[in-house]
Amino acid sequence: MSCWDTLGAYALRSLGYGERALPTTDFTLCQQATLIGSGMIWNLYFGAVALGAGFVLAVAVALARTSDSPWLRRPAGWFIFLFRGSPLFIQFFFAYFLFLSLKGRFDWADPLTSAWLGATLVLFLNTAGYSAEIFRGALQAIPRGDLEAADAYGLTGWTKFRRITFPTMLRLAWPAYTNEAIFLFHATALVFVSGFPAIQQKGDALYYAQYFADKTFNPFVPYPILAGYFILVTLSIVGLFWLGSQRLNRHLPSPSGRWRAKFQVIR
Amino acid sequence: MTRLLLASVLALAAGGAFAQDVVRIGTEGAYPPYNFLDDAGNLDGFEIELGREICARAQLTCEFVQNDWDSIIPNLVSGNYDVIMAGMSITPERDEVIDFTQDYYPPTASAYVARSPDVDVTAATVAAQSTTIQAGYIATTGATLVEYATPEETVAAVRNGEADAVFADYDFLVPIVEASGGDLAFVGEGVPLGGGIGAGLRESDAGLRDALDGAIAAMKADGTLNALLGKWFPGEEPPSYDAATQ
Amino acid sequence: MLPDCSDPSALSGLSWLACYLTTGKHLNFYGSFGTVLLLLLVTAPVALALGFGGAMLARSRVAPLSWIGRAYIAVVRGVPDIVFFLFFVIALDQGLEYLRHRIKCPDWDGPVYRGSDFVVCDAAKLPLSNAPQWFHEAYGFALAVLTFAIVFGAFAASVLFGAMKAVPRAQMETAEAYGMTHAQAFWRVLVPQMWVYALPGLSNLWLVLVKASPLLFLLGVEDIVYWARDLGGSKTPQFTDYPHGDWRMWYFLFLLCFYLAFTRLSEIALDRLMRRLTHGQAIAGGEAQRKAALGGAA
Repeated sequence: MSCWDTLGAYALRSLGYGERALPTTDFTLCQQATLIGSGMIWNLYFGAVALGAGFVLAVAVALARTSDSPWLRRPAGWFIFLFRGSPLFIQFFFAYFLFLSLKGRFDWADPLTSAWLGATLVLFLNTAGYSAEIFRGALQAIPRGDLEAADAYGLTGWTKFRRITFPTMLRLAWPAYTNEAIFLFHATALVFVSGFPAIQQKGDALYYAQYFADKTFNPFVPYPILAGYFILVTLSIVGLFWLGSQRLNRHLPSPSGRWRAKFQVIR
Repeated sequence: MTRLLLASVLALAAGGAFAQDVVRIGTEGAYPPYNFLDDAGNLDGFEIELGREICARAQLTCEFVQNDWDSIIPNLVSGNYDVIMAGMSITPERDEVIDFTQDYYPPTASAYVARSPDVDVTAATVAAQSTTIQAGYIATTGATLVEYATPEETVAAVRNGEADAVFADYDFLVPIVEASGGDLAFVGEGVPLGGGIGAGLRESDAGLRDALDGAIAAMKADGTLNALLGKWFPGEEPPSYDAATQ
Repeated sequence: MLPDCSDPSALSGLSWLACYLTTGKHLNFYGSFGTVLLLLLVTAPVALALGFGGAMLARSRVAPLSWIGRAYIAVVRGVPDIVFFLFFVIALDQGLEYLRHRIKCPDWDGPVYRGSDFVVCDAAKLPLSNAPQWFHEAYGFALAVLTFAIVFGAFAASVLFGAMKAVPRAQMETAEAYGMTHAQAFWRVLVPQMWVYALPGLSNLWLVLVKASPLLFLLGVEDIVYWARDLGGSKTPQFTDYPHGDWRMWYFLFLLCFYLAFTRLSEIALDRLMRRLTHGQAIAGGEAQRKAALGGAA
């Protein structure tokens, strides 16, 4: 089987398309790279959905955390503490237990015990907890002058939030939030090793890497391949967030300027 | 390696003046009755008792060490211990990478356990531990395979209805079925997988393998291995070796 | 007073529980908390030192050194810790043994890799095969510390790198105007001031490190989660005097409380440290402290 055929047979194996049986003999580098790459689809899915949805919840929780009403502040504080203070795998464990007992009682809870929904939900809450803390710090660091200027212009409520508070918060939180995004994508590797089952050998990248490490008894090929994929993902996140920061800071006078930034890239 | 080889060969020949070199045996410590931790936190089980007896007969000083199952072979070939006794079935794939002694536990069937006796194991959802020969087998049947990271979770999956049946080593399932009080039962036909259980060694350690192999053969011949099997795998028909054929 | 635990099947209620919770296995479980805490306390300074070295390399003006520093940060930070732990310890162990092999047995002929076996001469073994068991365990512990430190060193390096850049330029320019050399300015002005910028990032890293401890078992250290899993799993009467069902829930609940309490304590301690570091610094926090002190005096 040429590498091209392998790609056709296994590129979408993690989603259940292509060859049913995983390779069992004569493992090639191409098979390992293809299947582990196929598993990365799941890691990207978990990471992207949790990060996107988590962002919205995180902003809401951060606002609740800094609000004047104790009825909003306290629960938000507990939420952040619970998800930041415990290891992710314990969260997976308890979530899986909870989902199982829900499943016994309600029909709608059926898909919760599958990784595609249940694990995403846990990752979503987890990243919301971490990001909310980052955003809380940023909200409190917004220069008072900015808010006073907004008041002076007669901005209130939603307009003030949308035009002043939110962009400034995002700008201040951006470096730390980039790190959180990286950590979240790394955390997606834990889904199938702590609680959630892999069905019909449809797993994430770590699942396939473990499969090959077990079959070839050589950890020095599949795990570095897996590491390489994650480095690519991490670099892409850093790149995307850098573009984001350019956009967020586009109105600010920059000492280095456009020309010098370009110059550095060329060098 | 040479010193180890020399020591074991000489120990056999000279009746054991060499005992200062320690043979380290890697095991998992989480797979009763083969190997597990007792209430005091010490290693116990069929393989622990067997290993001590083999070492006594081969006049080696042995020490058991615990290692995670996933990295148990890489750590052996890397030299972090010298022998694996961890309920490891002899398979052609493993035999390409490491050496095995003759089996000290005869080839047996892996079996299905379910809550309801009329589960069709070729079409049901079947739980197995990830990256085991059992998981590999289910993947080739018509059943839907669900893989869990630990054996504990595979049984739990049947209890809570996530899977219709669990497929695992017969002797691992026996005590669980007995303790379930009728809740769980064997279903379907057993499937013979693997070539019995043996001790794994580095391919470059032929001397040590011969020493252990000799001790196992002697234990088969004089019936002590059968006695050990009877002790750790009680039941109507405990696994045993026919002394005459050895 | 402890009840007589020789026949647990005759016990019930609280005395059964007291016996159950004091089995040797449970004592190992309690002991593993000490192991994990010790490992965290040893790892943190080592990781910080590696991070400091990495950050210094990364900002070096010698291009190759700077590349090494930046590559270390980018590569190690780009890989999930669990993936790193799955192959790095074995690689590290083989690397160390290979080095010793080259030094101790220069006239050994034959390859080190034979088929799939990795074979070095006996004198190069780490630890030596006749070393006592505690030495093997100590070596395993040291490897785990080093691996943890290399991973978290990369994160610390990126935090410290950022903190060094955050110290106002004017501070360094003033130092050089006073005639300090580059090295003097670095050690006397930049390093003392950078900590206040680094601390939020480092605190976060400490909390991440604490929560990475379940991965210790991959490195061969029997950590709290390993014992909780083993103790909590259902036990059949054939192998224990204390049979029970699946109790993982309770053990994990206990771990959850431990992690939450440890996080809370760490946060309090780090807050105090931050307040002390902010004192006298030319940033908003330091200014607020100064004003508060003035107000108090007046």
